Order: sequence, then structure tokens, then C-alpha cells
Amino acid sequence: MSWVTKTLSSTLGRKLIMALTGLFLILFLTGHVSGNLLLFKSDGGEAFNIYAKFMTTNPAVKLLSYLTYISIIGHVIYSIMLSSKNKAARPVGYAVSKASTNSSAASRNMGVLGTIILLFIVVHMQSFWAQMHWGSIPTVTYGGEEYKDLYTIVKAAFQIEWMVALYVIAMIFLGIHLSHGFASAFQTLGLNHKKYTPAIEGLGKLYCIVVPALFASMPLYIYFTQS
Amino acid sequence: MKLTLKVWRQKNASDQGGFVNYPLDGISKDMSFLEMLDVLNEELSEKGEDPVHFDHDCREGICGMCSLYINGKPHGPQQTTTCQLHMRSFSDGDTITIEPWRAKAFPVVKDLVVDRSAFDRIIQAGGYVSVNTGGVPDANEIPIPKVIADEAFDAATCIGCGACVAACKNASAMLFTSAKISQLALLPQGQVEKKTRAEKMIAQMDAEGFGACTNTGACAAECPKEISLTNIARMNREYFSAVISSDNV
Repeated sequence: MSWVTKTLSSTLGRKLIMALTGLFLILFLTGHVSGNLLLFKSDGGEAFNIYAKFMTTNPAVKLLSYLTYISIIGHVIYSIMLSSKNKAARPVGYAVSKASTNSSAASRNMGVLGTIILLFIVVHMQSFWAQMHWGSIPTVTYGGEEYKDLYTIVKAAFQIEWMVALYVIAMIFLGIHLSHGFASAFQTLGLNHKKYTPAIEGLGKLYCIVVPALFASMPLYIYFTQS
Repeated sequence: MKLTLKVWRQKNASDQGGFVNYPLDGISKDMSFLEMLDVLNEELSEKGEDPVHFDHDCREGICGMCSLYINGKPHGPQQTTTCQLHMRSFSDGDTITIEPWRAKAFPVVKDLVVDRSAFDRIIQAGGYVSVNTGGVPDANEIPIPKVIADEAFDAATCIGCGACVAACKNASAMLFTSAKISQLALLPQGQVEKKTRAEKMIAQMDAEGFGACTNTGACAAECPKEISLTNIARMNREYFSAVISSDNV
């Protein structure tokens, strides 16, 4: 076994992968939420459709999207490997356990929260990402150029109550996952310092509320205003 | 005080084990938890029954020998060692559940006694300095800032009781290992074997079957010596920089 594979199969190496992929996905979410704010623009979806075309055709964005796919898959695979080792580390459990007195519920349930988010990602990508790439969706023309009308697909999807509910609930779970994950990733990387850790923790608390809330506001906005 | 003890009894490592209830009367609030167990064991011995086996040694909170998972927490409701826990932390009529540390790397030997030699093997893998440090030098002649010396000392107060492993949902030994790595990594004497130490101790920790860290902080919250999570971050830094730059291919 080379030193690289040996390191990446150690518990700390696996945790390093979890932290790096997690932080990359946090960067991705930041970009994703910023771009999607165009849904709030009252121009019949023009700006959003132009943005959607850019995001699916620009080579630099394509490279980033492949990194995002790798990060999601890596984050999931390594979490499964770590969880199975963690489960094996305690074959006989406790009859009485007061874990709530020493740790947060989010930190103890990252796997469950992550699984719910993964299921949501599957539904989410099936609804929009797969449609944009391979689906037959209507086109619109702005300034003589043809664009796929993803906005209409989004608008139609968010007329369905259960879709809106699914998105809002999934974002609550995402927020709880991030409430632990954000600062935890820095701790795993070894970045713990008296001066900076309180700022990282504060930023994490802010991020886990603001970003999921912005995401959740999109289906709600469309459902209530764009019928 | 009148109590009901629900104690884990297990004849040996291969026995299935199970809980046995023992009613206990005449317990003083001023007794330590271990003295309360002594009372139980005297009663059991008088009746000709096998006393409850549990680990203990100094009974002063400094040796790290006592363990016990009491009412869902390692070392019980107070952040101290079980020997320093007193019966005033409980109320008359309470039922107290007593379990051994639960971890694959800490197999039950008998009743509440677990084998913690996995910790010894982690230390043997690299938790030492082989440079000759000579006699005790004058404190002011050691070129170490006070704050760093204090930090190393704080890490060194770890008594290796295993409460961190017992508290962790993953039965992870990262708080213990990180304290033992930190106490040496912070001092000049520890620099010689710095990289190899981090690599070997973590390899041993993994080989023993301890889980990974989820940064829940349960270990630090339950640690009777208040070892902090900053040690785990330091261990991670030590390990990542060691694997990148050491000569061990």
C-alpha cells in the first residue's frame, strides 16, 4: 500500500475527504443560491434562462460541475465507509444513554440528515437538471438566440403543493446538517485557533440559516406569486 | 438512602451477560460511588454470592483506573472520575443503571471491568521521547513560553480512563490519542520523533478498532480532566503534515 492510499484509508484520511468535499459543496451551494436569485427577477424568466444556458455550456462551469458531482459521490461513499467503521467500533450499545447532555442532536445525526438530503438531491436533479440536459423542454428566443425555457419548468414544478413542501422541508434538514458540518469541517482540517474558530462558528451559524432560507424562499415565492 | 442498582453482570469475556437488580439500603450521602459499591459487595460476599467486579485504584481521581457508565453517562452525572462522584449527586429511591465502557477495543473482562490495554498499545506505538532529557533543569532555563508549557501540561493531565471512548457515539479514541500526541508535540523534546509519532499512533488507534471522529464534542464534555477538542485539531494537523512530509513511504 502506498503512503497515499494508506493515508486515505486511515480514519483521519477519510475524515479529510469528508471535510474537503463538504467545504467544496458549501462553496457550490453559495454559487447555486446566488445564481438562482435570478428567479426573483420579474422578467418572465429571461435572466434565469440566459443564466441556465451559461451554466450548462460554459467550459469552466462544466469543470466545476464535475467537481461537484465527484464531491457529492465522494462525500456519500466516505460517509458510508466511516459510518460502518463507527458502528463496528461499538458492537454492544448502552441500555441507558444521555447523549443529549453532552452533544448536539445535529452532530449525532449527520448520517440520517445526509441521507434525507441525498434523497432530495435525487428528486431535485431528476426534476430540473435531467430535464435541462436530456429532457424535451420548450425553447424561447431572446435577441435572436434560442434558449431552453427552464424557467417555465421551474414555474410548473412549484405549482405543485407537495413539491413546494418537499423543498422547504429538505432545506430545513440541509440547514441542520450545515449547522454542524460547516464548523466541523474546519476542525477536521486541523484549523482550530482561539482567534479564528469563534468567527468560523459564527459564520457557520449564519450560513446554515441564510442559505437554506433563501433556497426555500424560491419555491414559496413562485407558488404564491407566479400562478 | 434507599437505592436500586441495575448492574451489568458478565461472568467472562465470552459470556452473554445481562442486568441484575440489587436493592440497597442505608447508603450515606457522603459516601463516594465506589464506597457504595463496596457496601453492595460486602452484602453479596456475606450471602456467598460473587461480588460485582469493577476497576479502581487510587480513589483520588488521578490514576484513571475507575470507569463505569452510570445512568447514561461515563463517570456519572458529574464531570469527574467515578471515585470522586458522591452519593449526594443522587436522590433517595433512585434506580442507578451501571454499565461497563462499551467499545470493541475495550472488551469486557468481567462484570464492569474492561480491558483498556488498547490505550497502552497506542502509547507504545509512539507516545514517548527517546532523546535523553537529563535531570530536571531549572524552570527558567527551559526555552519554552509559559503558555505553551501550560498547554502541554493540560494535554498531559489525561489519565487515560477512557471516558472519551465511552462517551463518543463512534467509540473513538481521538481525544485520548490527540492529548498524548499534543503533550509531546508542543515541547522541544518531542520534535525528534514528531512525524513518525503521529503516523504510528494513529495507525495503531485505527488498528485497535476505535471509530472515527464526528466532532460531536461529547468526549470533551465528559472528560474528567477537561481535555479540549483543540487537541484533536492539533493531532489532525500533526498527522496531515507528517504524512505529506515524512520519509516513511
